[in-house]
Amino acid sequence: MEKSMKKYFPIFALPTLLAFVTFFLIPFILGIYLSFCEFTTITDAAFVGVNNYFEIFKDATFIHALWYTALFTIASVLTINVIAFTVAMLLTKGIKGTNVFRTVFFMPNLIGGIVLGYIWQLIFNGVLLYFNKTLTFSASYGFWGLVILINWQQIGYMMIIYIAGIQNIPTELIEAAKIDGANSTQVLRNVTLPMVMPSITICTFLTLTNSFKLFDQNLALTAGQPADRSELLALNIYNTFYGRTGWEGVGQAKAVVFFILVALIALVQLRLTRGKEVQQ
Amino acid sequence: MSSVRKAKHGILLTILFSIISVLWVSPIFIVLLNSFKKRTYISKEPFKLPSSVGSKEGSALEQFFFTSKKSFVGIDNYTNGIEKTDFIRAFGYSLFITVFAVFLIVLCTSMCGWYITRVKNQFTTGIYYLCVFSMIIPFQMVMFTLSKVADILRFDNPFGIVFVYLGFGAGLAVFMFCGFVKAIPLEIEEAAMIDGCNPLQTYFRVVLPILKPTCITVAILQAMWIWNDYLLPYLVLDIKKYKTIPIAVQYLKGGYGSVDMGAMMAMLVLAIIPIIIFYMICQKYIIEGVIAGAVKG
Repeated sequence: MEKSMKKYFPIFALPTLLAFVTFFLIPFILGIYLSFCEFTTITDAAFVGVNNYFEIFKDATFIHALWYTALFTIASVLTINVIAFTVAMLLTKGIKGTNVFRTVFFMPNLIGGIVLGYIWQLIFNGVLLYFNKTLTFSASYGFWGLVILINWQQIGYMMIIYIAGIQNIPTELIEAAKIDGANSTQVLRNVTLPMVMPSITICTFLTLTNSFKLFDQNLALTAGQPADRSELLALNIYNTFYGRTGWEGVGQAKAVVFFILVALIALVQLRLTRGKEVQQ
Repeated sequence: MSSVRKAKHGILLTILFSIISVLWVSPIFIVLLNSFKKRTYISKEPFKLPSSVGSKEGSALEQFFFTSKKSFVGIDNYTNGIEKTDFIRAFGYSLFITVFAVFLIVLCTSMCGWYITRVKNQFTTGIYYLCVFSMIIPFQMVMFTLSKVADILRFDNPFGIVFVYLGFGAGLAVFMFCGFVKAIPLEIEEAAMIDGCNPLQTYFRVVLPILKPTCITVAILQAMWIWNDYLLPYLVLDIKKYKTIPIAVQYLKGGYGSVDMGAMMAMLVLAIIPIIIFYMICQKYIIEGVIAGAVKG
């Protein structure tokens, strides 16, 4: 079978491969090369070695964005997963209206980041109006605003995954634990949590990478105001590229650092939580 | 726990969740209400209902619920916003790009996924790992070079961007199709080949029907991404000519400083309506797709 299939390579694999190479692989390799260059377009690139990488660490906005992003990621991963898991536990008890609640909680996930940002800008500014302030008054407003926004968007998605995980636990396991005299906290800690570990792995992975790479919501909600203090890394890189001329090389170097950070976080996280999964 | 107490517990939970559900969707209703208000009252009294007379002279209750002065403007914000952003065309471009990109991704990557799973050599294994690798690359890493490449190749239009999405969305899609193809018994395909099908016939008559649930999963995940995507089309498309919905919404903010809040609210409502309709129709598939995607991802 393999032999007859091989001849069909141009039909089966080539279209995808061509698009993948042209619009992903070449830009990616070119991106790494350009991070060592000074340029305004691809054609006028001049090699400058690791200069751009030194420039990054002299840039205070980048260091600030790095911390801001790290804190934001921690806050949002914790809140989203704890709330989504709690809701999933309550919604698997067989109460009336479960399906309706599930549908409602998931809905905001389908709305795009730009639209979400402007919806919440209206709400937050409306609430802050009572205190005579606006969302861009301080970077911590933008921070917690973004945490609430991302919770609203992603709790439903993670809840769906947790519900599927919880429903996969064989009921005998929980009954056996109860017969052995385990109370509900012990059942949760020693049976439910280990059994939903695969869901926890995937949900922390998704929330971690989504929060770290967040862009649209940040752009629409505060656009980095006041004075770039509420800028996440992705927006910082974008502004370096398109906000200041002559900084394209530094922007590309920042993007490479960003990519390495995302890859590291993803790998470490998968190692950590995968190790805790139990075989069924 | 006795069954009576359990039942009571259940009712309390239902009531609690009903309240939370109402609060959960309230941001959308607040935007909807504001889309019928005159723009100054959107920023001044965002949580009050639009009023056609003004509540200043009215009772305390009226003052609590309605804006102080006349603020109801009918559909003015909508007509104004649609005109300002050229919303109808933006909707058309968004729809065209999403539908064609999703169709192309599902067709091409399912074929590719099947091929590289069945033809095993170093080359196809290499492609597989490249696809896995591409999934964690943040868009910022390639945004500049990708937009330049698309520019040079003249792919900066709604037709060309479909192929950009094929390239950029291929990683996740090929990865998912590979996972599901592995679960199909090889004997079925061999039987089809022995019966005289060439690989193309085998694919369309045997493999594709088996992969249908996966196709739906991939289509939904990709559609959710492409419809809402902002930065990729913003950088790739020739923005003077072509705007998608997220670009049109962001365009309202523009560089002029003050935002027309009325038009903004109306455009937010118009951007949300198609999503809600889509969700109502395909709810079952969307939720199943999310679960299937998470298990394989």
